[in-house]
Amino acid sequence: MINIIINKISRFLSGIGHRMIARVWRLGAGARLFILAIIYSGESFKRFHLTLREIYFTGVMSLLIIIVSAFFVGMVLALQGYNTLQKYGSSEAIGVLVALALVRELGPVVTALLFAGRAGTAITAEIGLMKTTEQLSAMEMMAVNPIARVVAPRFWAGVISMPILAALFSMVGVLGGYLVAVPLIGVDEGAFWSQMQANVDVRADIINGVIKSVVFGVACTMIALFEGFDAPPTAEGVSHATTRTVVISSLTVLGLDFVLTSFMLVV
Amino acid sequence: MTSNIVEIDNLSFGYGGRLLHKGINMAFPKRKVVAIMGGSGSGKTTLLRLIGGQIKPTKGEVRVDGHVVHEQSRDGIYKLRRTMGMLFQHGALFTDLSVFDNVAFPMRELTDLPESMIRDLVLLKLNAVGLRGAHKFMPTELSGGMARRVALARAVALDPNIIMYDEPFAGLDPISMGVVCGLIRSLNDALGATSIIVSHDVKETFLIADYVYFVANGEVTAEGSPEDLMQSTLPFVHQFVHGEKDGPVPFHYAAPDYRAQLLG
Repeated sequence: MINIIINKISRFLSGIGHRMIARVWRLGAGARLFILAIIYSGESFKRFHLTLREIYFTGVMSLLIIIVSAFFVGMVLALQGYNTLQKYGSSEAIGVLVALALVRELGPVVTALLFAGRAGTAITAEIGLMKTTEQLSAMEMMAVNPIARVVAPRFWAGVISMPILAALFSMVGVLGGYLVAVPLIGVDEGAFWSQMQANVDVRADIINGVIKSVVFGVACTMIALFEGFDAPPTAEGVSHATTRTVVISSLTVLGLDFVLTSFMLVV
Repeated sequence: MTSNIVEIDNLSFGYGGRLLHKGINMAFPKRKVVAIMGGSGSGKTTLLRLIGGQIKPTKGEVRVDGHVVHEQSRDGIYKLRRTMGMLFQHGALFTDLSVFDNVAFPMRELTDLPESMIRDLVLLKLNAVGLRGAHKFMPTELSGGMARRVALARAVALDPNIIMYDEPFAGLDPISMGVVCGLIRSLNDALGATSIIVSHDVKETFLIADYVYFVANGEVTAEGSPEDLMQSTLPFVHQFVHGEKDGPVPFHYAAPDYRAQLLG
């Protein structure tokens, strides 16, 4: 009886150990892929059309979802903001509220979450399928480095696309907020724009937002690439990898956002 | 100077402590078509990956043109691979590229040839496999046999010294099988290359191979010309060549007693 209990405890502990080792191994393998992607980046810039093609697939193809989402987020922000601000008689500050919320937080964060769902999953599924159908092995056997040819251009495409998408998200969000606040609710147009202009700082707000979106771009793209590269070469393996991309990217973005915001507010 | 372009010496390889190959010796003479045959899971494809340097042996070595593959640096392995072409079991065509671009891929990646010359070379290679007219198609528009032929054109795009074929006949209809079979032999002879075919299709392989190795239980169990092996009295070779259901390779996978399992 005691032996059975000891065995069960030992199996439980060894299971935890195995899972921890697997997690640490994946973290190391991900870091290794990141370093290799940086090392073999030369090709992505020397033959920029490879990166440009990926910018089209990850960035341009994500435009619709980004713009539509941004529009609605901006409109909801304006509605909610007005509802609260009018209680304190400062409904003219609605422009500042919408702009700051978008530029500092919602722009980079929601763009990254949408990017993970739209482009991240596409990257993981594409690379996972390339692995399953031996396309990566074929490349290796042709003496073509898949990290230089497949990973690096996609990595840089993600890093370049994300800040542009986040900037577009903020712009369209502000426009959505304007449409609700000014023509619909009747907030003074001059107050809306002038307060925004006076209170949104380029360095503290816009640059910090850009820094966040670059960091999120690195994280989301690298997670998507690694999950695709590490996916077991089966239909089930690719499907699990795609799911993991969304889950891990989303949690990483939210965690990184807290860390970055803390640093930015302190510095 | 040895006349073998690839040599495998006392090679052992395994996963997680289980040996798949146990001291294998093989030689692949220049300009010959050599086949490696054996049942599913006997490690035939793994041998190709060992020759291509995609994995490292546990013991022993593979030499390609006198170079020990696993001792090469990454650049060294890539240099060796530029002398090799490989046809994967399902073609492994790049699905985002057209037939033309698939064949042009190694030329664009590994050479500085002008685009006009690449165009001519691609059309030449596609013509050799009979698919010049399909150069604008995407891989999804091709049948299995056509995809295999395009992959073959891509494998020989840079006129390699060694061409490796992983199950080139698997899943093909008889006509495509005959076409691929003829192409392997004719491309080998036209390019003066050495072909290594991994297959379990006896009829087609015996038709074009100069020499055949049989692999079973991690060892080379028989070798010789197709004619010799057809006459072989070795139980495994006899079972394999004549497609007999039972023999040294049992029909039933190891299992507990049938009656005991059903009743209890």
